[in-house]
Amino acid sequence: MRAAVTALHLETRDVADGGVEFLLRGELTLATAQTAWPKVVQRATDLPEGALRRIDLTSVERLDGAGAAALLALRARTSTPARPVELAGARPEALQMLQLYGCPSQHQCLKGEPQQMPILEQVGREVLGLRAGFVEIVDALGQLCVAIARAVRRPGSVAWRDVPQLMERAGADAVPIILLINFLVGFIIALQSADQLRQFGASIFLADLMGISLTRELAGLMTAIIVAGRSGAAYAAELGTMRVNEEIDALRSLGLDPLRQLVLPRVVALTAVVPLLTFLAMVIGALGGMLVAVTSLDLTPTMFATRLQAAIRPLDVVEGLTKSGVFAAAITFISCHRGLTTRGGAAGVGRSTTGAVVTILFHLIALDAVMSTLFNLLR
Amino acid sequence: MQPAPQDGVKIRVRGLTIGYGGVPILRDLDFDVHSRGIFVILGGSGCGKSTLLRHLTGLQTPIAGSIEIAGVTRFPPPVDEPPPFGVSFQTGALFGSRTLLENVALPLQKWTGLPAPDIDNVAFARLRLVGLGGFENHLPAEISGGMRKRASIARALALEPDLLFLDEPSAGLDPITSVELDDLLTTLNRSLGVTIVLVTHELESIFRIGTDCIMLDRDALGIIARGDPRELRTDSSDPRVHRFFNRLPAGA
Ligand SMILES: Nc1ncnc2c1ncn2[C@@H]1O[C@H](COP(=O)(O)OP(=O)(O)OP(=O)(O)O)[C@@H](O)[C@H]1O
Ligand SMILES: [Mg+2]
Repeated sequence: MRAAVTALHLETRDVADGGVEFLLRGELTLATAQTAWPKVVQRATDLPEGALRRIDLTSVERLDGAGAAALLALRARTSTPARPVELAGARPEALQMLQLYGCPSQHQCLKGEPQQMPILEQVGREVLGLRAGFVEIVDALGQLCVAIARAVRRPGSVAWRDVPQLMERAGADAVPIILLINFLVGFIIALQSADQLRQFGASIFLADLMGISLTRELAGLMTAIIVAGRSGAAYAAELGTMRVNEEIDALRSLGLDPLRQLVLPRVVALTAVVPLLTFLAMVIGALGGMLVAVTSLDLTPTMFATRLQAAIRPLDVVEGLTKSGVFAAAITFISCHRGLTTRGGAAGVGRSTTGAVVTILFHLIALDAVMSTLFNLLR
Repeated sequence: MQPAPQDGVKIRVRGLTIGYGGVPILRDLDFDVHSRGIFVILGGSGCGKSTLLRHLTGLQTPIAGSIEIAGVTRFPPPVDEPPPFGVSFQTGALFGSRTLLENVALPLQKWTGLPAPDIDNVAFARLRLVGLGGFENHLPAEISGGMRKRASIARALALEPDLLFLDEPSAGLDPITSVELDDLLTTLNRSLGVTIVLVTHELESIFRIGTDCIMLDRDALGIIARGDPRELRTDSSDPRVHRFFNRLPAGA
């Protein structure tokens, strides 16, 4: 081992024209720099600009890479174009270090500051970004349409083989959670309404309420939200990872269209499966309502079922199922689009997944509002 | 595959400016890749070699200029036809959810009418060619980095292309495997007439197999030398070229 470390000392000396010279003594290494160096830097920055003329290294016994880097950065920071700070008297080994870590020009010894955008520019960029984002979405939709047209012309170019497995993963595997959640939703809604209805002596109308709200709205929306969390997130992450790993490029380089290989099978699988799940959700939700009707409203299951049958019109079910098909298409489109436009490694995949789910939730509600209005006009 | 045009130029690049987000990293490139040659793209790390390859293979649209492969312009890229070349990416880019055999078989399934067992045979033969016999049922995550590299070359060869793009195929390979790879490329080149466009830093393999090259430079934003690498090594007066071929750091 080396002998004990000599600490770093700083002496300052005034020179002509109000200039100052630093005299360093001892060792300037990773070990000593940690304690002594900040003081040196402080002294240097306290001086008026351009006052530091020279750093004398004659008494520096040891200079390592960290020391050299610190020294060069200090010189770069305190030098002015008119008066560069001189590093003088370095011993041969120290000089070698300085050369090794040296920079072609002074300012290159300083690390670049991360760019801070002025607020106004940030706002401007965000606004422009919104427009660009909109254009991008329209562009992606257009590409999807083109892909569908090509798929119709050449059905063999779509990866149909993946569809059954995708249906299983998005559909069959989701059945337990869909059943559980929708049963509970039906149960909760019924429970909250039961009290009010009983006060008016209108208990039997629970069936009407459940029937209409479940078929038209709740079953479809709840199912879509669950599917967004399960399959939407999965698609964004899966395609995002493929994108980051250049697998998407590899597909294209083999002459295969990622839209027809990856996106269309998912669109088909989800739009086929989600209405089925929604139908299940309607049924199980009604059962949840029935449980409340029987236990706390003293209705019989038959009464509830008969009333339910009378209350629900075919158009209500059609509305619910149509909506759920549109939801499914939106979920796949948004999540796949997010996945395919992922950039920037693992963090990018995370951003895409989060972004996909948030965007999907917003669009589900927006689409629901639009479609509810349309169906209201139909009635 | 299409026959090469009469003048023996496989790829013709004119006035090509490429970059990201409209900012050029290489400007106004002009060069020809001759049929049946082994064309090497050289240059320091980050000078844009992979980016150039992405443009040659039609994955990225140039800012300006044209690229013709076998006399056909590549932009916009044609759809629904097998690509007239094979590509091996710098990172391998194997499909992570498919076995090596399935990776190699995919283009065959899409673009040939071969029955499934024959496809598997062809795909397996390609894997054996790059020394991966016995690993056909492994997933890409279950093999080493160099093996992934070789598997991606096997996939690039799947459709029997007469033009191959390889991005640093020998990076991460031991010297012996890398010589074997050179031999493989030479064989493909000599006996099947495959034109090869190759990005590599391996000086030995540049001199051993390269018939033509361009050297790109980050600061010059373009080509600083071109020609037969062996001649460049001895004849070039450009200090940057001299340094590259003699492994000298800047300033030496
Ligand atoms: N997705 C991207 N967006 C913006 N700039 C990029 C992107 N990818 C690469 N670049 C920039 O383009 C330049 C060229 O990158 P490229 O990958 O082509 O280098 P290369 O010559 O292949 O280097 P290497 O030998 O290290 O593989 C780099 O300076 C890099 O910063
Ligand atoms: Mg590269």
